[in-house]
Amino acid sequence: MNEELVISEELEGLVNVEFGPDVYEIETGMVRKFAEAIEDPNPAWQEVTPPTFPAALVPTSLLHRLFNAKTSLKRLLNGTSDLEYRQPIKIGDTISVMGRLTRMRQVAGQDGPTLFMFTEVTWTNQRGEVAVKGKNTYVKY
Amino acid sequence: MTEQVYYEDIEVGSEIPALVKYPTTMQLVKFAGASGDYYQIHYDKDFAIANGLPGIIVHGWLALSFLGQMVTDWLGQEGTLLKLSGSYRGMNNVHEDVICNGKVTRKYEEDGKNLARVEFWAENPAGEKTVTGNAVVSLPSR
Repeated sequence: MNEELVISEELEGLVNVEFGPDVYEIETGMVRKFAEAIEDPNPAWQEVTPPTFPAALVPTSLLHRLFNAKTSLKRLLNGTSDLEYRQPIKIGDTISVMGRLTRMRQVAGQDGPTLFMFTEVTWTNQRGEVAVKGKNTYVKY
Repeated sequence: MTEQVYYEDIEVGSEIPALVKYPTTMQLVKFAGASGDYYQIHYDKDFAIANGLPGIIVHGWLALSFLGQMVTDWLGQEGTLLKLSGSYRGMNNVHEDVICNGKVTRKYEEDGKNLARVEFWAENPAGEKTVTGNAVVSLPSR
């Protein structure tokens, strides 16, 4: 079967390019809203942020390029998320987010071609310390 | 709050207390706002169905947040979460239980820290594992 090639030159050109920084001030209200949204009443989240809070500190510069790149694939799912914690992200911090597409892989899926996009993201605090390192896989199909 | 868990208390195979969550459309809308993920499959049923999904589905990050809560509830104030990984293998539908479970699969000392690896998973009511993953934690010693 001939599979349509869905990795365009535009996407190929994004591989290993660092995008960012996207900068976030970690405010009390945004952390409270996040804790409320996940319905996690742990009082620790009045000072530090919950483990999945980096989901809200989006590497927008990278994702904007990734998701707006022209492709015939319309649907998107999250494949995997990996987070490694080095320093707590606390209320009052300023976090700079850098993101990079490390590689892509096309496979023949049930609904036609499926594209896996592997990314690496680094969240760095105002002291220049890496707070969190992450890997996310996005699936377009 | 539950009692603090210590490194000496656990062994390979120890289960951590399960957590069951019941995400509603309202919760998904709140999570969309809090995370900035406004992809319509998470709150617009017509859009979700037009995209080949059975209906509104729970954000993968939200399901992973439930698993993260299970782990941090267990860790207590003195434990530290070092790594959290999740693989999204299936769909959690809105208005269905998300059943979170986990167990210790490794216990080891490294760089003077008392570490444990926890394998965890989330299931839907059909018994399908929708998220699988693991955490690495450090625990206080008695």
